[in-house]
Amino acid sequence: MASRATLDSPVKQIQIEGLVVLKMIKHYQEEGQGTEVVQGVLLGLVVEDRLEITNCFPFPQHTEDDADFDEVQYQMEMMRSLRHVNIDHLHVGWYQSTYYGSFVSRALLDSQFSYQHAIEESVVLIYDPIKTAQGSLSLKAYRLTPKLMEICKEKDFSAEGLKKAMIGFEHMFEEVPIVIKNSHLINVLMWELEEKSTVADKHELLNLSSSNHLEKSLQLLMDRVDDMSQDIVKYNTYSRNLSKQQQQKHQYTQRRQQENAQRQTRGEPPLPEEDISKMFKPPQPPPRMDTLLIAGQINNYCQNVKEFTSQNLGKLFLAEALQGHNS
Amino acid sequence: MRAQPNGSQLNFRTPSRTAAPAPDLKMAVHGPVVKIHPVVLASIADSYERRNEGASRVIGTLLGTVDKHSVEVTNCFSVPHNESEDEVAVDMEFAKNMYELHKKVSPTEVIIGWYATGFDITEHSVLIHEYYSREAVNPIHLTVDTALQSNKMNIRAYISAQMGVPGKTVGVMFTPLTVKYIYYDTERIGVGLLQRTRDAPNRAKGLTSDLCQVGGAATRVQDMLTTVLAYIEEVLSGKVQADNSVGRFLTDLVSKVPKISAEDFESMLNSNINDLLMVTYLANLTQAQIALNEKLVIL
Repeated sequence: MASRATLDSPVKQIQIEGLVVLKMIKHYQEEGQGTEVVQGVLLGLVVEDRLEITNCFPFPQHTEDDADFDEVQYQMEMMRSLRHVNIDHLHVGWYQSTYYGSFVSRALLDSQFSYQHAIEESVVLIYDPIKTAQGSLSLKAYRLTPKLMEICKEKDFSAEGLKKAMIGFEHMFEEVPIVIKNSHLINVLMWELEEKSTVADKHELLNLSSSNHLEKSLQLLMDRVDDMSQDIVKYNTYSRNLSKQQQQKHQYTQRRQQENAQRQTRGEPPLPEEDISKMFKPPQPPPRMDTLLIAGQINNYCQNVKEFTSQNLGKLFLAEALQGHNS
Repeated sequence: MRAQPNGSQLNFRTPSRTAAPAPDLKMAVHGPVVKIHPVVLASIADSYERRNEGASRVIGTLLGTVDKHSVEVTNCFSVPHNESEDEVAVDMEFAKNMYELHKKVSPTEVIIGWYATGFDITEHSVLIHEYYSREAVNPIHLTVDTALQSNKMNIRAYISAQMGVPGKTVGVMFTPLTVKYIYYDTERIGVGLLQRTRDAPNRAKGLTSDLCQVGGAATRVQDMLTTVLAYIEEVLSGKVQADNSVGRFLTDLVSKVPKISAEDFESMLNSNINDLLMVTYLANLTQAQIALNEKLVIL
């Protein structure tokens, strides 16, 4: 579902500061539980073809007793305050945490579209805390492809619209490579921390157990595939209805013509040609956007599962080598 | 007479208050243990780099949670301030505003103190500390030496205590506290990645993908094993004195590899590999299926 950044996109690389990574991790750790997503705003600037992200701040979560909470006001105030302390206050994107990789949804599409419409270079950073807890930081940056932007602008989500633009689920999002860069002072800090802190490296990355994670991922995948099949059934019924209707229309016109011919032979005035389209209302075509999103999500899940299994295969062979030496 | 804050002396300037850092002793200190998250230190370093022209140091508020014996610092934000020879002005309004905003996101964090970059504790620190004691019960003062005066980034925490003869000259003494670093699991992994960044030539590093990561982790374990082996060689050849505790760790390590009979291990390994291969096959099949579906619809 993600192709490498195309040559005509304004952003070819994302450069993140270590501070932003740490802040995102902390935000999820403290405020996110289970399947809830945490979101926040990214601040930075654009340098040539790189998007540098230098700071971020979290967004409070939506709670029910929040009637008087104004999101825009919170954002404005935050950015104004940050400007006083010389932090870049240019809005360049937003971040979101994800649960096992399930983030391709209508909400995300809409948000990213509004961001990209307003600010051309904006990206959405997807942070996967569960994969990170397994050993390595999982952070991906996505943008909408120009084709998808066009479609969203025109709000034309029907099948013909999508066919015209030739959008498949692979062309929805494009992934932008990320690079982490730290200033010298932060590097000094890192050296200090390594010296002073006594927390040992726990090597979760070499953990052999896989069934739990696989189970959950496969469960989510199955749910999505179910959704997909329902969608396909809907589409099939629609096309069947459409063809039946075509047949009916055809029969009706034929009968009309026959009757008219008969009447002419009998010398009576022909019956008026009624408006056929009013009689046979065409069935509503199902929206294709959801199918596209589901397909994209399934693709993402499959990709994640494959990455996970390849890692685990490697680990199993490692274990075999270790055992082989022992016996 | 002027007061000279000095690392090893306490001087008073009567009758007004004065401040002096207590001698840096290695004995136990009274007061809570301060646990700092790395995100706070990174924030402080970043705000120091972005300071205004002419400002020699930056101050800000520390947010976190208070426990019975410890104080955990989890967040911070910088506060604009102006400092000159004889006066200091802090934007209190700004501090209050920021705290309100932060409270909306994490309602459990409270103001627990303040930080300042720079090595010494100056007289102005007393005034700022006074302001913060109105906000928090027993505020912590954190100093981070970003100018690297002694080739180290001294990260110290202090708490204020009254001193002097009651009724006569009263002063404020900043007593040092033990500082510990605490990480969440995911934080540790993030910090690990950042630490690997600093080895790269232009301080930039990309995120590696699946199998490379396992390879990387395996190389790290291998490096550790080589160090251990080198140590053992030295002990055997008599160069280094044998240490019993290290020996115990080594026996622990060797016995950690479980002793399973060859057939059992074979069957376990094969069943696991079968599971993983099947899942890979299914994933590929699903992807092919949706790709086909896509093409058919577009037709």
